[in-house]
This record gives sequence, structure tokens and C-alpha cells, in this order.
Amino acid sequence: MKSYWWKILGAFIVLYSVIAGFLLPVPELPILHETIRNTYFHIPMWFAMILLYLVSVVYSIKYLSSGNMRHDLLAVESVNVGIIFCAFGLITGMLWANVTWGEPWPNDPKLNGSAIATLMYLAYLVLRNALDEEQKRAKISAIYNIFAFPVMVVLLFILPRLTDSLHPGNGGNPAFSNLDMDGLMRAVFYPAIIGWMLIGIWIMTLRYRYRLLERDEDTLI
Amino acid sequence: MNLLKQVSLLVQKEITLEWRSKYALNGILLYVISTVFVCYQAFKSVHPIIWNALFWIIMLFAAINAITKSFVQESRGRQLYYYSLVSAKAVILSKIIYNVLLMLLLSAVAFFVYSTIFKNKLGDPTLYFITVMLGNLSFATVLTMVSGISAKAGNNGTLMAILSFPVIIPLLIVLIKLSKNAMDGLDRSISYNEITVLLAINLIVITVSLLLFPYIWRD
Repeated sequence: MKSYWWKILGAFIVLYSVIAGFLLPVPELPILHETIRNTYFHIPMWFAMILLYLVSVVYSIKYLSSGNMRHDLLAVESVNVGIIFCAFGLITGMLWANVTWGEPWPNDPKLNGSAIATLMYLAYLVLRNALDEEQKRAKISAIYNIFAFPVMVVLLFILPRLTDSLHPGNGGNPAFSNLDMDGLMRAVFYPAIIGWMLIGIWIMTLRYRYRLLERDEDTLI
Repeated sequence: MNLLKQVSLLVQKEITLEWRSKYALNGILLYVISTVFVCYQAFKSVHPIIWNALFWIIMLFAAINAITKSFVQESRGRQLYYYSLVSAKAVILSKIIYNVLLMLLLSAVAFFVYSTIFKNKLGDPTLYFITVMLGNLSFATVLTMVSGISAKAGNNGTLMAILSFPVIIPLLIVLIKLSKNAMDGLDRSISYNEITVLLAINLIVITVSLLLFPYIWRD
């Protein structure tokens, strides 16, 4: 109980945010209507992704200074899970855009930035496959990971704010939280972010432990 | 030997080597000029937006061709020799400086040829030229680091493309916006934001390269 309380907490919060997110009343706003519920799902996905990528960079830096293969495994599994969250973020975003903007993928700096950032992390996985030797793969992919992280931050958070963007919170548009959210929405929205982050980390640790077991088995034979 | 002296010696060595063979320089120059000429023959006259896009495509591929070579032409033995003589930071700095110089020369020639053969009205030629210089500076810094990574990873061209394009695309977006501003002759104060972003990206990339290259180098 001491060590896994946060997993139970994460599961409960996510369950709460899904039920409350669909059932509780939301403010009635023009154009948005019920799609405002998407904030409970779309934004937590990106928060979880950023957290996982951050974990990955931290372990890449740790790997470079320690040479411990466990750090490399943590870094790659964080990226693997981060990419899943990124895909869900893109899908929920596209569903929402289809209703409010009229098309799933308008030519918008925020969307293009996120697509390029996704490509960058897919390139990280391709780079790992291109290298056979374990130590070398760990080192070079750690270097690329550290190189990619600041570029990802620029793409997702700096460039869209400099140019015109349709996306809420960018290019002069206000974010939802400033205007449209009432107290009831906040009571669902903030826990949802924390819940999905916890779930993301949980999935990552599960995959990491699985990889460790797999590796031990390989070395035994 | 301090870092500055090492870097200047290595840059001198790169330039001397290049000057002896003139292989890369002439090859790239020929590539740029012939591409420009082919584009001119194919299009004769184009819309300014396409003119701008074509120029950046030509510059991008010229940059990739020029810089991919930077870590390949040296054998492992010679790299080991450098490793015993100078620090890794000096090596990456000298490569970046040499590639920046090479790209500045190339882009100046390319811009001159492109704008004389393929006429197009430029609202603010000075700002456009500055954009071209900044763009090639950024290509050089980004691609030098990426070519260092891909050279260690068995050095195939596909990997270089996969690794560099995600980093290059945001640069290209900013560059195309900036050069469009220059083409339309907009007031320069509008473009300061983009220039700052470009310089900031360069600064980040150079710092990260300096920090990370010693790890690639050690093998």
C-alpha cells in the first residue's frame, strides 16, 4: 500500500473525470456547446505526454553520466508511452476541430508543430532500430533525445504563440480557462490532468519492468 | 594549447584540405548552379511565392549535400589521432565554423546566380540577403550535429534525412515567413521577432552540440 497508493489514486481520478466529464453540466457557449467536454480529455493527454518526454530526457542525461542500461530502458519506454498519449491527443484534438472549426486538420501552426514533434520522436525510435550494438544505441539515442527535447518545446509552445493560430491559448486567442470554465468544470479538469499523468507513469513503469524481466531472461540463456 | 588556438588550427586544416582538392566546393557549386538553371528552364517565370519556396528547397538540399560529408571523409584512424591531440569541443566547434563559412560562401553564390538568372522583384533585397545568410547559418549548425550522430550510426543517408528534417522544418517555416516579409518589402520592425527566434534556435543548437558532442566522440 505504501508504494502503490498513487496507482489507485490515478485510476480513481481518471474514472471520476470520465464519469463526471460526461455527466456533469457544462456552461452553454455558442459554437462550442457540448464539445467543451473535450478539454477533460484532450489537454490531459498532452500534459501526460510532456511529463513522459521530460522523464525520458532526465533519464537520457542520467544515462550519459552513469552508463547504466536501466536508465536507457526507462528513457525509451517513456518515449514509447509518450507517443501513445501524443496519438490520443492528436485524435481527440481532431475530433474537436472537426466540430468547431469544420475540418479535422486546418493548416495551423499549433497542429503542424505537434505533427513535426511527433515525427521527431518517431525518428528517435527509428534511430534506435538503426543501431545494433547496445551501448552505442543507448548513447547515441540519448544524445538525440536531449537534442530533440528543446526543439519540441519550441515547436509546441513558442512558435504557435508567435504566429496566428486558431488553437485556444495561442496567437492571441484566450485559453478556455480564462473565460469559459466555471468552478464545476475546474473541479473535473484539474484532477483529470493529474489522473492521466499518474496513469501514464504507471504504464511506463509496467513496460519498464517487463523489459527488465525480458532482458534478465535473455542474459540467463 | 587552449581551445581557441585548437579551433583556429582545425579550421585552417579544413580549409587547406578543401582548397587542395576543391572537390566538395566545386561539386556543390555546380549542383547549385545547375539546379537553378534547370528551375529557370522549367518555369521561365513564376509566382513570387513559388520563387521563394524553390530557392529554399535548393538551399536545403545543397546544405545537406555539403554537410553530410563533414564527418565521413575522415578515417577512424585519423579521428583517433585528433582525439589524442585536441579536445572534442574544439573538433565540433571547428566543424561548425567551417561549415558555416562554406554555407555562407555557397549561399552568397547561389543567391547571386538565382536572382540574376531567375528574375524576381524583391521589396527589400538587403533583408532578403540577411535572411539567406541567417538561414544557411542555421542549416550549418543543425546539420553538423546531426551528421555527427548519423556518422556514428553507420552513416546512411536515410538516417541523416530522418534525423534532420524534424529539426529543419521549424527553421524553414520561420525562414520562409521572414523571406516573404523581405520580398514584400514590409517594414523591418515586423521581422525582428523572426530574426530573434532564428538566433535563439542557433544559440540553443550550438550549446547543445557543444555539450553533447564529447559523448558521441568518445567511442
